[in-house]
Amino acid sequence: MKDTSSPHPTRVAGVGGPVIELVNVSIAAGGRQHAAALEGTNWRISAGDYWVVGGLPGSGKSDLLATLAGLYRPLSGTLNLFGSDVAALSEEDFSAARMRIGLVFENGGRLFNQLSVAENVELPLRYHRGRTETETGERVKAILDATELTPWAENTAGRINLARRQRVALARALALGPEVLLLDNPLGGPGLQEARWWRDFLAQLAGGHELLRGRPITLVIACHDLRPWADQGKQFAVLKQKRWLAVGGRADLTCGDEPLLHELLATEFGVGQPGG
Amino acid sequence: MKTGGVTTHIPGSETHPVSPSKGLRRLDAIGRSIIHFVQTVEGLVAFALITFGVAFTKFNASPRVFHPLVRAQIYRAGLRLLPMTSFLACALGLVIIGQMVALLTRVGAQNFAGTVMVTVVVRELGPLAAALLVLTRAGAAYVIELGTARAMGEVEALEALCIDPIHYLVLPRVIGLALAIFSLTVYFILVTLVSGYLFAFVQDVPLLPADYFKQLAVALTWEDFALLAFKTCGFGVVIAVVTCYQGLAQPLHIEEVSGATTRAVVQSVVACVLLDVLFIVIYLVM
Repeated sequence: MKDTSSPHPTRVAGVGGPVIELVNVSIAAGGRQHAAALEGTNWRISAGDYWVVGGLPGSGKSDLLATLAGLYRPLSGTLNLFGSDVAALSEEDFSAARMRIGLVFENGGRLFNQLSVAENVELPLRYHRGRTETETGERVKAILDATELTPWAENTAGRINLARRQRVALARALALGPEVLLLDNPLGGPGLQEARWWRDFLAQLAGGHELLRGRPITLVIACHDLRPWADQGKQFAVLKQKRWLAVGGRADLTCGDEPLLHELLATEFGVGQPGG
Repeated sequence: MKTGGVTTHIPGSETHPVSPSKGLRRLDAIGRSIIHFVQTVEGLVAFALITFGVAFTKFNASPRVFHPLVRAQIYRAGLRLLPMTSFLACALGLVIIGQMVALLTRVGAQNFAGTVMVTVVVRELGPLAAALLVLTRAGAAYVIELGTARAMGEVEALEALCIDPIHYLVLPRVIGLALAIFSLTVYFILVTLVSGYLFAFVQDVPLLPADYFKQLAVALTWEDFALLAFKTCGFGVVIAVVTCYQGLAQPLHIEEVSGATTRAVVQSVVACVLLDVLFIVIYLVM
């Protein structure tokens, strides 16, 4: 397992150019400017990567994803989104870069509870894109069909079950056609059948789904149980004691001697248990 | 020793710490209250400035989302309150204005009825009553809604979708409340003046409707219309900013939402009264 104290971002068998890069970044815990969840993080995410980041609950996974999505500013270090240092970007350029990244929150996906399922998916399209009503409607329909949410389209988001809420969050994150999709503990709520659907759908996205015009999406999944992703992820890392540690590829998962890695591959954390 | 935030250290008293005196504790409490008050005012002013900044920079952004949101707030804080406003305006008209017209007539001062009506109803009672009505029905609900949305992480979800929470959540409420309070005030004034006269008419007050409304027309000046518009819109902005600030500005846990609602209502009332005093001064100067 590689420590990331070196200022050169860690690469693990990626295929494309860098989309997100962290150089010696300290991650703010909960967005607060006085406490670090992770320190000295060096990480390069390239186009087409399928990262799975494991860590115990409270290890800073959510803070890491929020920073990658541009929600939290790094306490120190450099965050590059699509080749540009975010500290040097104007507000408009920063927004434009962030719109290329989708984020699915954990625990029900933080939906807008007053809106219907369709309205949740529609909102970013209506807010940002200069689409006509017809084009917006068609796009929403395509996303709901692909995520198998059409029967619940008119239901209020606050009144559907947790597993479907998580799917709606995925559908909403896909609305703007992101190039990078960050998922925070996506299997924290769903049961076995739902988990299978998630794995299959994410595999389709990684391979190039028609929703994204066949363009393969870059995936980063944070979770506290690596097992569902062991045969699907391409690159793996763990968070331990405020450090981001690269594991390597699939083959490196089982041959490492890191106790945390064995724990994350062996443990079965409770369904719906919040991560960190 | 640390008691109530005051640290007292007396040389040689390490083993027998002495409590601060009652006077010191009171001073400490007063100091804390002042600091808290200054911080609240500072936060409210900063939040208001941010809101105005977003209003100028993003006023025309995303009209397909923004305009329906403003219309929804006008409907919610304005149209839906029409029955309640009608009831309150009738009640005040009958109880206060009708009696006042009757009293003025009894002392032979019926010629001043219009002036008194304009001063009492148009300048003071109407705007304040409409503002308080909207505060209790819509403003308090804003704190609960926004506080819950913040506690449930919906604000971060908006940010993740690159939707400015101030533009999406606060600005429609500010505009909606300003227009709603202005409209409700106009409606409230009309209903109060008419119902007040009706009550006086039933009491056989010798004041013809034509004379009554002529007096009103004479007493009203263009400044009244202009200041009425500014004042009511000001009330709307103040209430929206205070309630949205209490709901959004700091991360709340669900159990803290009720406390924030109470604070918002009290602060809104105080801010509206202060704004009212400012307009009274303007009236007096003019």
